[in-house]
Parts: sequence; C-alpha cells; structure tokens
Amino acid sequence: MSVERALSGSPLPSAVETAAAVRAGHRSAVEVLGERLERITADEDRVHAFNLVTAERARAAAESVDARVAAGEDPGPLAGVPVAVKDNLCTQGVATTCSSRILAGWEPPYDATVVDRLQRAGAVVVGKTNLDEFAMGSSTEHSATGPTRNPHDLSRVPGGSSGGSAAAVAAGFAPIALGSDTGGSIRQPAALCGVVGVKPTYGLVSRLGLVAFGSSLDQVGPFAATVADAAVVCEVVGGHDPGDSTSLPGAFPSVVEHLDDGVDGLRVGLVTEMLGDGIAGDVAARVRAAAEALAAAGATVEEVSVPAVAYGLSAYYLVAPAEASSNLARYDGVRYGVRVDAPTAGEMMEASRTAGFGDEVKRRIMLGTYALSAGYYDAFYGKALRVRTLIRADFDAAYERFDVLVSPTSPTTAFAFGDKTADPLQMYLNDVCTIPTNLAGHPAASVPFGVGDDGLPVGVQVMAPALGEVAMFRTAAVLEASAGAS
Amino acid sequence: MSGAVAGVDPERWEVVIGLEVHAELATRTKLFSSATAEFGGEPNTHIDPLTLGLPGSLPVLNAHAVELAVRVGLALHCTVQRSVFARKNYFYPDQPKNYQISQYDLPINADGWLELPSGQRVGIERAHLEEDTGKSTHVGGGGRIHDARYSLVDLNRAGVPLLEIVGRPDLRTPEEARAYVSELRAVLVAVGASDGKMEEGSLRVDCNVSVRPRGTEELGTRCEIKNINSLRSLGRAIVAEAARQVDLIEAGERVVQETRHWNEDDGRTHTLRSKEEADDYRYFPDPDLVEVDPDPAWVEQIRASLPVLPAERRHRLAERTGASGETVALVVERGLDDLCLAAIDAGADPARTLTHAEHNLSDERSRDLDPAAFAALVRMEVDGQLTATQAKTVLAELVDSGGDPAAIAAERGFEAMDTSELEGLVDDLIAAHPAEWQRFCEGDGKITGFFVGQVMQATRGQADGKAVTALLAARRG
Repeated sequence: MSVERALSGSPLPSAVETAAAVRAGHRSAVEVLGERLERITADEDRVHAFNLVTAERARAAAESVDARVAAGEDPGPLAGVPVAVKDNLCTQGVATTCSSRILAGWEPPYDATVVDRLQRAGAVVVGKTNLDEFAMGSSTEHSATGPTRNPHDLSRVPGGSSGGSAAAVAAGFAPIALGSDTGGSIRQPAALCGVVGVKPTYGLVSRLGLVAFGSSLDQVGPFAATVADAAVVCEVVGGHDPGDSTSLPGAFPSVVEHLDDGVDGLRVGLVTEMLGDGIAGDVAARVRAAAEALAAAGATVEEVSVPAVAYGLSAYYLVAPAEASSNLARYDGVRYGVRVDAPTAGEMMEASRTAGFGDEVKRRIMLGTYALSAGYYDAFYGKALRVRTLIRADFDAAYERFDVLVSPTSPTTAFAFGDKTADPLQMYLNDVCTIPTNLAGHPAASVPFGVGDDGLPVGVQVMAPALGEVAMFRTAAVLEASAGAS
Repeated sequence: MSGAVAGVDPERWEVVIGLEVHAELATRTKLFSSATAEFGGEPNTHIDPLTLGLPGSLPVLNAHAVELAVRVGLALHCTVQRSVFARKNYFYPDQPKNYQISQYDLPINADGWLELPSGQRVGIERAHLEEDTGKSTHVGGGGRIHDARYSLVDLNRAGVPLLEIVGRPDLRTPEEARAYVSELRAVLVAVGASDGKMEEGSLRVDCNVSVRPRGTEELGTRCEIKNINSLRSLGRAIVAEAARQVDLIEAGERVVQETRHWNEDDGRTHTLRSKEEADDYRYFPDPDLVEVDPDPAWVEQIRASLPVLPAERRHRLAERTGASGETVALVVERGLDDLCLAAIDAGADPARTLTHAEHNLSDERSRDLDPAAFAALVRMEVDGQLTATQAKTVLAELVDSGGDPAAIAAERGFEAMDTSELEGLVDDLIAAHPAEWQRFCEGDGKITGFFVGQVMQATRGQADGKAVTALLAARRG
C-alpha cells in the first residue's frame, strides 16, 4: 500500500491465519489477544475506535479457547480471533450504548445472534466500537462519545456509521469487526479506512440483537483486512435464525470454497449513474482501473445504466427515517436508559428524549414522523416504497445481463472533520452509491483498490443480486489480488 | 316495540349501535414472544426482552394465535385473507415499544356476520390480530394519568394476543347489543378461541352509539364509549348515551365525535378525548414481520375441525322439536341440545324433553345426563307411570347420581295408582263432603283444588292431579 500509515506497527496475521495457528496449537489465543491489546494500548487514545474495551472478558474468553485446544477440542473456525463489535449489537452484561446518551447505563441481558455465533466459533470480543448515534451518519462525528479518527490520517473521518469498526481493523486493533449497514454504514467506512466491508443479502444475517435503525434496510456484516477473512465471518454469523422473522431459510452461501474461482467468464457491469456527477475524478479513475483488472482476469466488462438508482437517496431518506421514528420511540425513560424527571409521564418522556438524543437523531425522527403523518403518507412514505420497487426492477433488469455490478463505494476519499456536519445534505450524499443496494435488499462489498490523489484509500463497490454472494466474493477476491499490482 | 331505547322517544328517534369487541385469545404464550400469556401473576413477571421493548428484541408471530383467529373468522363467516401487521404509533407508558403491532388495511378476517338467537344477522366488518397493552395504575390525583402523582406499570398483559372484532352498526337496542355480545362470547368459547371472561378483561367491549331521526338513512355523529365491564353496563351505557345525544339535538346543539368514558357510579358517559385531539397513529407495515398468507388447504382443515356453532344448534333443535325461539336459545345456551336430541332419538316426547331441559335442568351437571335414562323417564311420564312432580324428583336424582329411572321411581314408591283405586277415593270424598260437592257441581272452579288436595293428602302425593280433575268432571256428568 502506497499510503503511509498514520500509526506505527507492521501488519498482523489475518483471522484465517490466526485461527489456523490457534487450532493447531502453534499459538495461544491469549498471546494473540495480547498482541492486539498492545496495539490498542498504543494507539486507541488517538483513534478512539472503541466506546469500551473489554480486556478482562476477552482474556477470560481467550483462556477458555486455549483450554479447549489443550483438551483436544476444536473451538471453531475463528478460534482465538479477536473481534471488535459495533456498539449497536447487544452483548450480554456489557454496556451497549449505540453512542447515544439515552442508553447510558443499559446492559443487555442477551447477546445478539451474530455475537453469539462469533463466540461459538471461538472468536474473542475485544470491545464495542464507536458509531454515529444509532447508526445515523456517515462520519462517526454524530457520536455522544466523540468522533473516531481515520487511522490513515488522523485529521480525517473514518466514515460511518460503523467508523469505529472500520478504524479498529485499519489500526490493527482486531483482524475482524462487525458492523451494520442501513445505507452504506459498513461499505463507506470500509472504503475510507482501506479495509474490506461486506453487506450481505437482506435476511441472510440475523438482526436479532441489532439495535434497530431502519429495520427493512439494516443488515449486519463484517469488516476485515482480507476478503477471505470477511468470507469466513459471513459464513459464521450468517444463516437462518428463527428469532428473526425476516431471516431467510438455510445457511449462508458457501463463499469460502469459491474464493479462488476467479472471474473468468463473469459478466461485470459498470454502473453509469455512479461514475458521473458528484463522483471525484480520482475515485472514478480507480473504479475504471478496477474494471480493467477484472477484464484482464477474464471477465467481460461493460457499462450499464440502472436509471432508478438516481432516486435512491430521496427514497432512502423517507423510508429509513420513517422506520427509525417508530423504532426509536421505545427510548422514553420509562423502562431503561436515561430518565429526566418531570411532573407528568408525557413531560418525563419528552424531557428524557430531548436530553438523550443528539441533533442528527432528532432530525431523522422528525423527518420520519412527518413522512408517516396522516395526509402525507401517500406523498412521502407511500411514494418511497414505489421508488423502492422501481429500483429493484431496474437492478433485476441489469442482473439479467450481468453477474455483478461495480461502482465507487464512496464519491470521495476520507474527508476532514467538520467538512460536512454543517450541511446534512452534503453528508447524506456520501451514501449515494451504497443506498440503492439496501433499498433492493441486495448484497454488496467494498474492496480497497489503491489510493486517490490525496494518498488515501479508495474502495470499489461490488454489487450482486439477492443471494449472489458467491459471484460477489469471487470478484472481490480478484480485485484484492490486483489492487497491489495496479 | 322493536327498536325502543328507554328514555328515547321511539316514534322520533332511532339509535344506531356498533360494537368493537376485543377478545384475548387462549394461547399459552404472547402474540410475538414466548413469555407466558397467563392471566394475573405478580406485576412484571410475565415478561421477556420483547415485552419490555428492549433494544434489539424482535417479534416472532405465534402460530397458535393465527389459528385461533382463523377459527373465529370462519365461525363468523368471514373471508380469511392475506394479512399484514402494521405499527400503530403512540406514546403511552404501558405500551413498551410506544407502538402497538396490529393489523390495519389488511386484517386476517374480513366481511362476515353473526346470527343472534332472534335470527337477526349482524354484520362483521373485520376481526384482526393485535397485541394487548400493559396496565397502568395511576396513584394520586383522580386516578387518571394527567393528575397522578406517579404511575405504576405492569407489563404482564402487554403482548397478549387480542382479536379485535369490529361489528357493523346493525344494532338498534341495548337488548340487541347484549344479545350480540352474548352470542359472540358463545362462539368464541365454542371454537376454543377465548375463555370469554368479561370480569378478567379477556372480553372487552367498546360501543359506538349514534342517533338519527326515525325513518332517515344517514348515520348521525357517533361517540365511542369505553370502560364497559359487563353486559349490564353495556345496556346502561347505551341508554345513557342515546338519551344524552337526543337531548343535545333537541336542544339545538350538535353531537361532537369523541371517545367517552362510561362511569358506572354516576351512570353517565364523560368526554375522554375529542376527534380533534385524537392521535395520528402513523400506521405503516411492520418491517420486522412478514405478511401472513394462510394456505387455503390449512384454512379448510380448520373449517372442518370447527364444532357445530350455537346458531346451527338452535336451528337443528327448533327443527326437531318445533319449540319456540326462546326455549331453544336457552337450551342451547345451557349446552343441553345434544342431550335433548339424543333423548328424542331414544323415543322421548320432544315437547316434554324440552320442558324438562328448560325448567328442571339448570344444574351444570345436567349435560352429563345419560340420554337413554332421560328418554326412559320422559316415556314413563308420558305413559302416565309418573306424575309431573314425580318425574321432576326422579330427574333430579338422575342428575345427582345417575341410575335407572324405573328403579329410582320404585325405590321411592312412585307407582302409578290404579284407576279404580283412585275412583274409590274420589267417591269417598264426594260422600264425605256434600256441601263442597254441591259448590263444585254449581261450577265453582276454585273448589277443585280442595278435592285434588284431599286426594293428594290421602295418597301422599302419588296421585296424578290431572287424573283426579278428570274423575271429578266425569262424576259431575
């Protein structure tokens, strides 16, 4: 990588390498953890990737992995692998704040399904990562615990909302992390921090224990330093969960075994609408270079128009806030979290919410409440649902001719703190390329592909139709392999 | 007259009533979680993450609740259809998510009807699934949330499955309204969907009332009355509300559409909230749930498993016995129709059988009566082997401890008296009481009782009163 890392330290072993070493008894989980905690101790003050580092719990978990290895058992495919978990995923007995004041003091009595599955696979949770409050934002600046800094340039944002998870992997605090993606919240920070980020098909990964933002859009997925690591995490955390009614039947598609299949004969579409206005020249250039790399590897590459994606942002900013306005209604001071006392129950709820939520969350609750109000539903929420159908139809048409679609993940590389906080619309535009796949429920990944003119990472987005994860990972693996070469 | 409501001039006004009944479904667990749905319990013990509305919790639909909803829908002749759960958004401390999961534009059951014992059919607009709220206790002030010092919240009931059955405004009197609720409760119990206990709140009735000048078609402005806790309250609330609305209109004022609270103590309805203050619920499809599209084959399976419903049982019994509507309704309500039909099949006289069911079998255990023994008893009575009084006594013992009616009758010495023996007794009496006999012959009907009484006394009640009367008449010539 040509960019000079802002932080010290050479790359550490990947999750796949780590698990293999631990399972074989070559390395202990405690030693692996120690190595990562050392990095955290050295750099976390400057990065602020975490809301909470759970070193003691992690040590206990690592010891139990080692004990199982010693007893001749197999702790699983992520044996001893440290993992950072976005702080909107429930962790039993460990504070889960969503980077909001309103959840202060709340400890979930359960683990999210994805956290539970990671732990059952031998992974060791090292901490809870920072995010834009309730996952609403694209820079991690809207956090009650303060912003996370981009490890590649501490004066820049890491993206968001899963900025803490992206930064944790980029800084070497953990080889893998979990995030959630409602409109790009995994892929955009992955791109800005130069790591791999994957948003699987809606319904492939359980949402049980993920604190809801936009329920019809939210999907949990991995951050990793390598495509292979991301693939392993997907297989571990994915698959049917009877506790989530929107969970799809069956297991996560077998992506690991197809990572080396290459892209020979694969039909790749370059989305015209995502290479024009609003996309920085250097970013567009990297995407075209990626397309050439895929062609060189045997794929057929053509430009394709997906017209309805132009309406994605507008539809998203009705659907997501509408759902959020209802999802966040439960934070009222009655049962848990912050309570500000007032003479009546109604005033108590109002005072608690006024004190507990930050501005961006309030803005979206108001947007969503308005969009659902009597007399406005058809013009706003109803229309947004129709646009959503249209976007899905346009993608379907494109996927009749292509196996995967390629675009930039983010219109620019990492921007400076405060650049976009004054104008919410400028902030929202960060997600113009990522939002359409959430609206369609399709999978998409961001893979680092070199750097922009400022020397900061550029991410290439690989999109696929629903359950098209195999083609998506094959493409991502080829891009990863070509990124260093081009 | 039909259509009359006390206190309202029936010549001038017609009262229009439509009921919304919430029935708690008899499931083991809640509508969207595995917490117990049992009634009662220490406050906040029947809970789990979803009931508390904890972050990250998700609803999973209880299939048994859907089955019970479909059972009711089919029993109410509804169309069972594809349905979608929606969120009804409003803030209230006993509403843990601050939205209620309900069904809005696509309810699971639509367009049915319920037949009352009178034969009247009342339209059912819809019967949809939704979750119940918790319970608030407001301490201090007037016991209302607005002026309470503090409020206690019990979430045991939150999330218990409800079926909201929305009736069309087809009812006109308190009696009809009460008959509707009784009949609906009978159907709910018959199909096993609910225990129908109004006192435990498993059956709750909201009542829409409006009035209009008799002979007009257009509906008047309606008010919805809440806090009706018994069938008696329902009747009283309708009377009070109809009178209030008529008084308003006759005084030249207007009825304002609003929700009103029935006060059992002062017997009046009071403003709860007006339409202008009504919440905008911001309904939208719940993205955490998928649509419910019942498989037609499954629906037919449920239809086939339904018991014979009260209306059909009434028709069946009436057809077989020719009895009046009220008698038939009472016998079916007591659940004695199967017994009666079996007894009639075994040769019992239909009219006598129903008379016994109506007057002598109010004991709940009567349903377990052996139809063959019941039939034998009725036959003995009709054949003159037992008097009506004796038959009643034997029947009571049959209900108590079963057995053979002939044996019970014999044990008690209930033997039909020989006609000649009875004739002898009557002749002796006439000879002993010439003055009374003279009055009888002159047509003094009241003196009949004297002779019958004397015979009864002499036979220790074993004589048939009717036979004695007949003998007296014969002697008079």
